[in-house]
Amino acid sequence: MGYRRPAPGTQPDYLFPPYASTVKRAPTQPLVVLPHTLTETTGPVFGRSEVKPGDADLTRQHKGEPIGERIIVSGRVLDEDGRPVAGTLVEVWQANSAGRYPHRVDQHDAPMDPNFTGAGRALTDKQGRYRFVTIKPGEYPWRNHYNAWRPAHIHFSLFGPAFATRLVTQMYFPGDPLLEKDPMYNCVPDERARKRLVSALDWETTIPETALGYRFDIILRGPQQTPMENRR
Amino acid sequence: MSLHATTSQTVGPYLHIGLIWLIVENLAPKGVKGERVTIEGRVLDGDGKPVDDAAVEIWQADAQGNYGTRKFRGFGRSATDAKGRFRFRTIKPGRVPGPDGRLQAPHIAVNLFMRGQLKQLVTRIYFPDDPANATDPVLALVPAARRQTLIARPKNKTLEWNVLLQGKDETVFFDC
Repeated sequence: MGYRRPAPGTQPDYLFPPYASTVKRAPTQPLVVLPHTLTETTGPVFGRSEVKPGDADLTRQHKGEPIGERIIVSGRVLDEDGRPVAGTLVEVWQANSAGRYPHRVDQHDAPMDPNFTGAGRALTDKQGRYRFVTIKPGEYPWRNHYNAWRPAHIHFSLFGPAFATRLVTQMYFPGDPLLEKDPMYNCVPDERARKRLVSALDWETTIPETALGYRFDIILRGPQQTPMENRR
Repeated sequence: MSLHATTSQTVGPYLHIGLIWLIVENLAPKGVKGERVTIEGRVLDGDGKPVDDAAVEIWQADAQGNYGTRKFRGFGRSATDAKGRFRFRTIKPGRVPGPDGRLQAPHIAVNLFMRGQLKQLVTRIYFPDDPANATDPVLALVPAARRQTLIARPKNKTLEWNVLLQGKDETVFFDC
């Protein structure tokens, strides 16, 4: 048993010069295709002793409320067959509403928010659902190229059932005009794959007079059905 | 209809905010059976400069070759320091089955995340002077001249395993 290889154009290459940091960090030698052994088809499990329900509310980690637009970010984690990935760890992190991270490397001249760290965790339920309460992150400049700005985004880290299903990605917001110029968003040629990184405004999870809901479903690699020999 | 896996995106430079709550550099506290090993290394970029913003995650079997047991989860996560260093204290894993059912040599699977990687780098750590390395089915897929990049080296009482992202001794990375 192994996991499916990506559909062409849906996953980035390592070297992508428009994202300047790849140039000195991407492998230059050919990758060695790794058969999926027990090592790659198993993975760590995390539980309630480590991830508390309150960890999914990023607006209640400090004394006061963070500044910004309160939002609900939720969705389902599914595999490529549409099956829910239950009980898996989802880690998120993001900038504050002014586009600033509480991190030594971030020197952007925008205010810190003492009431916002911007980190959260959740375990998916039996239907693969997760839900975070947070504030809408701000856009911010970076030094990749002249006048470079990151679109508003939330970083997501997921484990899934196996070493081979580990995924780190970013969620974007609908209608953001910065997306078309963002090297990270544009790292894959498949336009549909890019668009799947953009969340959708979701009336179902919107709480009237309180918070808009954004829906972001995440698909992890599914199990390979064909014999190993036919994989490539 | 088959869905497509979500596109990977870089972990970026601020990964620590989201990931350091789960730093696990000691996988084998008292009570875990097995031969203790300390694995230390550095991550260096194409200019030989330390990568000070990487997360190194490992996944390994227990000493008997079982994954994810009640007493030994086998997951580790370290964040590199200003000199690009990371460190794990763990046990040498037992042998686990390979693609054809034959046993693999003891090894640790590694996922590396950092700014400048749009998706994680996948590699492995093997152990020095283990006779099983000679017949390991995965090492056999690696060009012989490059195999040593996957094998840790004894250094004082620890094992040294460096990750060179580029250059003459570039570490072998896998298409997982």
